[in-house]
This record gives sequence, structure tokens and C-alpha cells, in this order.
Amino acid sequence: MTRERRPHAVAWWLWSAGLAIAALRTSNPLLLLLLAGVICVVTLALADRTGGPSPLGTFARVAAIIIVLRVVLQVIFGQRVPGHVLVSLPSLPMPSWAEGVSIGGPVTVEGLLSALSGGLRLAVVLLAFGAANSLASPREVLRSLPGVLHEIAVAVTVALCFAPEVLASVRRVRQARMLRGRPTTGIAGMRGIAVPVLEDALERSVQLAASMGARGFGRRPVVRSRARDRGAVALAIVGSLLVLAGGYGILAGSDVIPGAAWLAVLGVVAAAGGVLLSGRRAVRTRYRPAPFGWRSTVCALSGWATAALMAVAGILDPASVTWSPWPLSWPAVTPLALLAIVVGLVPIPVALRPSPRGSTRALVEVGA
Amino acid sequence: MIRFESVSFRYDATWILRHLNLEVAEGELVVVVGPTGSGKTTLLKMIDGLVPHFSGGEMLGDVVVDGRSIRDTPPTELASTVGYVGQDPAATFVTDRVEDEIAYAMENLGIEPSVMRRRVEDALDLMSLHELRDRQLATLSGGQRQRVAIAAVLAASPGILVLDEPTSALDPGAAEEVLASLTRLVHDVGLTVVLAEHRLERVLPFADRVVLLDGAGTVEVGEPGVVMASSSLAPPIIDLGRLAGWSPLPVTVRDARRRAGAVRAALDHAPVPTTLVGGTEVVAIADGLCASYGSTLALDGVDLEVRAGTITAVMGRNGSGKSTLLGCLAGINQPSCGVATVQGTTPTALSAKERIRRVGFVPQDASLLLYCQRVDQECATADEEHDLAPGTTSASVARLTGELDPARHPRDLSEGQRLALALGIVLAPAPRMVLLDEPTRGLDYEAKRALVAVLAELRDEGVAIVMATHDVELVAQVADHAVVLAQGEVIAQGPAREIVCHTPAFAPQVAKVLSPLPWLTVAEVAGALEGVR
Repeated sequence: MTRERRPHAVAWWLWSAGLAIAALRTSNPLLLLLLAGVICVVTLALADRTGGPSPLGTFARVAAIIIVLRVVLQVIFGQRVPGHVLVSLPSLPMPSWAEGVSIGGPVTVEGLLSALSGGLRLAVVLLAFGAANSLASPREVLRSLPGVLHEIAVAVTVALCFAPEVLASVRRVRQARMLRGRPTTGIAGMRGIAVPVLEDALERSVQLAASMGARGFGRRPVVRSRARDRGAVALAIVGSLLVLAGGYGILAGSDVIPGAAWLAVLGVVAAAGGVLLSGRRAVRTRYRPAPFGWRSTVCALSGWATAALMAVAGILDPASVTWSPWPLSWPAVTPLALLAIVVGLVPIPVALRPSPRGSTRALVEVGA
Repeated sequence: MIRFESVSFRYDATWILRHLNLEVAEGELVVVVGPTGSGKTTLLKMIDGLVPHFSGGEMLGDVVVDGRSIRDTPPTELASTVGYVGQDPAATFVTDRVEDEIAYAMENLGIEPSVMRRRVEDALDLMSLHELRDRQLATLSGGQRQRVAIAAVLAASPGILVLDEPTSALDPGAAEEVLASLTRLVHDVGLTVVLAEHRLERVLPFADRVVLLDGAGTVEVGEPGVVMASSSLAPPIIDLGRLAGWSPLPVTVRDARRRAGAVRAALDHAPVPTTLVGGTEVVAIADGLCASYGSTLALDGVDLEVRAGTITAVMGRNGSGKSTLLGCLAGINQPSCGVATVQGTTPTALSAKERIRRVGFVPQDASLLLYCQRVDQECATADEEHDLAPGTTSASVARLTGELDPARHPRDLSEGQRLALALGIVLAPAPRMVLLDEPTRGLDYEAKRALVAVLAELRDEGVAIVMATHDVELVAQVADHAVVLAQGEVIAQGPAREIVCHTPAFAPQVAKVLSPLPWLTVAEVAGALEGVR
């Protein structure tokens, strides 16, 4: 069977999720910066670059925009918090029914720092998502979904391929409009471009459906129970939604969703039940499935260990992971929190440098 | 293997196919020939059940494929028996990587992973794709996409392969490669192939039998030489055979050459045809033109001079920079270095309206230029946006193709009519230069003849024409100058006759048969023989 060349796509997404959770459990800007560093180092070292430029760059840009936006919003609309006043903006008096909103007013160092660390947290979560995207394409993750969710996975894959197609189509139509001297901007231009692009997209989807049909998509075994299939799919979907809700509840903390942990457990059971129920009907086989071996396990565990250690650090000593600018102080870093972050680096020695599967390139490298 | 039993089919009031009876045996390569709209695609899609299951329409009779009637078998169930590759392979890709795309059908069919692995390797080798296996599909050229699409259906090892215009988007070399692979499969593993193609000169030599649809519902089936004898749609080699009175008619260059001794001897004493030399006025100049997309260089220092009253053909492999060159001349691509000037000014610096008056451009997909719901609206808006007297555009269109039904939707026109409509709109403001990108794609011989006549007429009026094309027969018929591009550089430039005669890949059939004599078309040969007598 295939040897495990590099960690499984799902392992990478689990690792990234772990780091994102760790970021959500802390508000300490130093820890957040360290986490961002770990994410970038691992991605730059291990991302597969055969598919063009890594998406991490794009995500990093968006993350930076988020931080800036958060600070700007704080300056203009933010809550007027006490502290050292940096500069005082002219403020707009609000009517009594809009008391919660304030525009302008004094800008404090504390307010800025708090906005900065809040923005940083969001940015790190986004960066973790970007890392997941660069380390393993979402399509690979979809490919490894259990058979019962296959139809949904295909729909998402087609949608993912569709976006670049639409962009190409927009470019073609724009060029053609330029050739006839038609407007390509403004409302008239948008309408003139949208209609042919939509027509193109519709035609394309009809062709795609025909092609998928002609290539055996949706083929069913001769004997099977339709009701059972539907039950399995329904169970898997409901299970996944429960896991999602439970997960959100756990992450958001306290009592946003009561019994979040139980909800998540119930979800896992339901989803597993759905997969088991449908297990025997699988007519589909999978081409070169990537094995989930020890490397993958270690990678996934490393991400989750980061999250767990961060949580433990928070429980043992809340001050070590939380930070607030009141009073102004340098954020402290405890050994346990530092350990949590360093654990996130484990994939570097474990995962091998990527090489295209079954590739000629690996042979060339060996030969050279 | 495939049996059509008195099949009739229609979408609306008119029957496209009428009482079609046809039997295709295992291991046969059958070419379906017919003018646009004669039901070729419908016939092909029936073999896979896509018609009527995906198309609707009314069908009488039955098609039996490998013992199963398509009436009760949906395309999904036929997937292991029939592989279908449509006109636009890119529109049928489901995944994003070459290897995954090839494995897709087998995954659906539930084929054992070990078998699947082997078959993917086989398919990669058969279509010489092993170097592209990890590539993203979006980064492939047209020819590569076509090969991936064929590999993707071949991997599921169907007994029948159905291809709709498999070579229309390919350069002559790539087309030959694809057809050679198909022939090998037919000979080695007994694959049954049914394909439709307008460019008969490319596929006829490989055909065992030809199915000729005349568009009125009647069908003729037989050996290529026999069926072609009475057909109005015929490649140059058949026309040459008719002219020389050969019987049976040869379909391959090799057969024709062996009989052409007498013709060659007669032509030896005839005066060599001379190419018309166009006007002296230079309409457009490209000077050291470069252009790039991201990190790939599409044009690399191209020098070109276009004179009034000449037709210049730009040839070269898929992806050699032909379309980019036209785009630069038309002012829609910004060159990264060098200059393109049209009548002394840079086209990118002009306003859209001024540009349109100097240079007209018909892109590869002519329908992109059309966006109204009716033909007459299309002409009226064109008048308006070009500040022309009402009726100018419709007169310009009518000159090219005769009156079009003003109430038709442009999308419902035939390929040839749509091209004529787009060309008519582009020509209405009377530009001094017209650029055409792959104008004969999807045109049948009738429409091509009409296009050739129009181009010759425009040339005589002093319009400079530049066309990017893979169609060597078109070049042979109308081009005065030829430019060959490779990797964005000009590798050959000069009188079209010289260029095509000296480059085997671009030589038209007549030139191949009569080589080393420099005659390019049947009409020229007929004229010369007339003179000798």
C-alpha cells in the first residue's frame, strides 16, 4: 500500500484548528505573536508549492487589514475607555436613544492596545486558516470525507472550481465589450457583463452535469434500500451540525449554548452512526487515498496539544494567558504557555519536505 | 456494438434525424460528417444516452449500445461502456488536477484501487501526459486539455469512445498526435470510435467508414472514398481526385501521391502561380513587441509589418502567442515592451470609439461580441454605439451572409451565421484593419467557402487582414503572408506560399500531394491545367 509521504490533509486541518483554538483562548499579545510566528514557520517550511503561490500570503494581508480596521474603528466609534489620553478627536453628540454609540472623543493608549490585541487574536485565527489552506488544499480534505457525505463534498468541490472559471469568463466578456467600445464600469457596464457571464455559467453547469452523469456520477448498486441511504445521510448531516454547535459553545465559553459538551458528544455519535450505517453501500472506490499514519497523527496531536496546554495554563493561572491594558504593563509569558506554543512546531521534524506524489521530481533529485 | 434502429429525433417542429439506421461493429473508427446543424452532435450524444436523457426532445426508434437500449439506460449506467468527450473539454472537468480527473470516472464505477492505479498510468502513457500528472487543469493548453479529457474517459476502459470535434481547437501537430493515439487504440485493443469533425482533411485518412448527414434527415454510410465521391463537403484531396478523375478517390496523401504522377508532370510546364502583392501602405507595425502573463512570456520581441490589401496568417502551436499578438494590435493587451502602432498611433492610447474605427477584432468565440436578444437589436445598437447611420450595420451583415432573420436570437444562429454577424458589426465602421482569431473553428466547408470569399473581397477593397489560425487549408486559400510563432518569437515570416510549402506541419493537402511543386489549392491546379491544355 502507499507509504505515508507527508501528513494527511485532514491532519493539517486538525493541526491548524488546534492552533486557532489556542489563539482564541488567550488575549496575551506576546503569546499571539508567537503563535503567528509558529504558524508561518511551519507553513513556509512544509507547504506544497507545486500548485502555484501559497495562499498564506493572501490570508496574511487580510489579517493585517483586520488589525488596522479594528484599530481605526476603535478610534472612531470605539467605547470611550478610561486611561492615558493620546489625542482628543472632536466628538459628535449622540441623541439619547443612541447612547451606546459614540463618535469621536478622546483616544486612549489603553483603548488602542486593547483593540490591537483583539484584532491580533482574529488575525491569528485567520492566519491559521490560511496555513491550513496552504498546507493541504480544501479539495484534498473533501476527498477524504466519508462516503456518506460524498455528494455534498462533490458539490463543494465543483463550487471551488467554479469561482476561477467565473473570473476567467468575466475577463473574456470585459475584453469583448472593450472591443465594441461598450462601458465596462458603472451600472450599465456591470449589467452588460453580468448577463453574459451568468449565461455562460448556466451553460457550463448544464455541460458539467452531463459530463458527470456520463462518467458514472450518482451510480447506485443494484440492490439497496433508499430509505436507509437517506437515513444515513440525514444522521451524518445532523451529527455534523451538532458537533459544530457544540464546538462553538465550548469555544465561546460560559453559557452561550447550554450543555455544549454533551451536544458535541451527541453529534459525534450521530455522525459516526451515519457513516457506519452507510458503510456497506459504498459503490465508490478511492484513487490513491492518502494514508493517515503516525506522521499525520503526530501532526494533528501537536496542534491539539497546543490548544489543550493553553487551556490548562488558563485554568491553572488565568493571568498567564489573559492580558489587559489596565493597568498598562508588559505582558508576562509563563513557561507552560511557552511550552504550549513550542509544541505547535512538532510537525517540522516529523513531516518530510513535500514531494509531488509518485513524482519524477523526486527521482531527479535522487539522481542529481 | 452500436445499432441505430430507425431513429428519428427532433427538438421542435423540424426533424433533425429521420429514420436513421446504422450499425457500428467493434473496433471500427467511424467519422460522422455533415454541415452545421445536421445533427452530428445529437447522433453522438445518443450513443451515450445524453440525448434524450439530458436534452429533452422527441425520439422515435431506438439505439442499442452493447445490447442495452438507451431508452431504459441512463448515461450513468452506460459510463463503463461508453466514453464521451464533448466539444469543449474544459467545461467537463470535475476535479482540478490531471491525475484526479483521470481517476474520477473509475472512482464512480467502484473499480479496485490497485486496478485503478494501473489504468491511470496506462492512460497517462497513452496520451503522453505523464509529465503533466500533477498539474492544475486550469494551467493546461487547449491541446493538453483535449488529451486529458480523452485520457479521463479512456481510463474507465470503455468499449466505445465518442468524440465531438476532437481536433477543432488543436494545432496541426497536436491534432495528428491525438488522432494517432486513437488509431493505435482502435488497432491494438479493438476500441470502437465514433467521432464528428469539420476538418475532414485531418480525420478522413484514419476513418474506416463515413456517415454523411445531409441536414435534411437522410444519411449515407460507406467507405470514405465512395461516400465522399458525391459529397459537397469534401477535403481538398477529394476535390483534387475529382479534378484528376481518379477512381476510387484517394483519402490519404500517400495514395494520392502515388497517382499524382501525371498531374505533376503536366504542372511541371505550367507557370508557377504568383502571389498577389498587396498595397504599399503600411497599416500596422509591431516593433520588438513583448507581452507577458504573470511570469510567463507570451510574446518575445515580435516584429511585424501589415500592409493594406493583404491577408496575413499567424500560425504556430497552441499557446505560442498568436492571440496575444492580435490582442496587442487590437489594443486590448498592453505590451510589456516594444510598440504596436496602427495607422501611426498606439491603439491602447486611443478611446474605444476611435480604436474601433481603425481596427476591428473578432475574438475566438465570436458570440462574445453579441449581447442583444435579437439580430435586429444587435445591429441597431451597433449603429448607435459607432455613431453610424441607422441600417449601416445590418447592410454590412447582409453583405456577408445574406439577410438574417431579424427576430432570431444570436445564440440560435449557426456558427457561420454568428461569425458573419460579429464580423459584420466589426466591419460596419469601415476599419482599415481587421483581426480574426481562429475564424474557421466550428465552420463547415460551406461556411468556410463563404468566409474565404468575404476575406478576398475585403482584401481587394484595401483592408488589411490579420488572422491567427490552425487551419492550413484556409491559409492556403487566402493568405498572402504568413508568420510562424513559437514560444512568442517569430521563427518564420514571408510569402504564405513559401512558408507553408517549406513547413511540413503547415503544408496543405494539395501541396503535400504535389510536392515539391508550389501549388496550394485545387482551384490553382485547375487553372494551371486549363492553361496547359
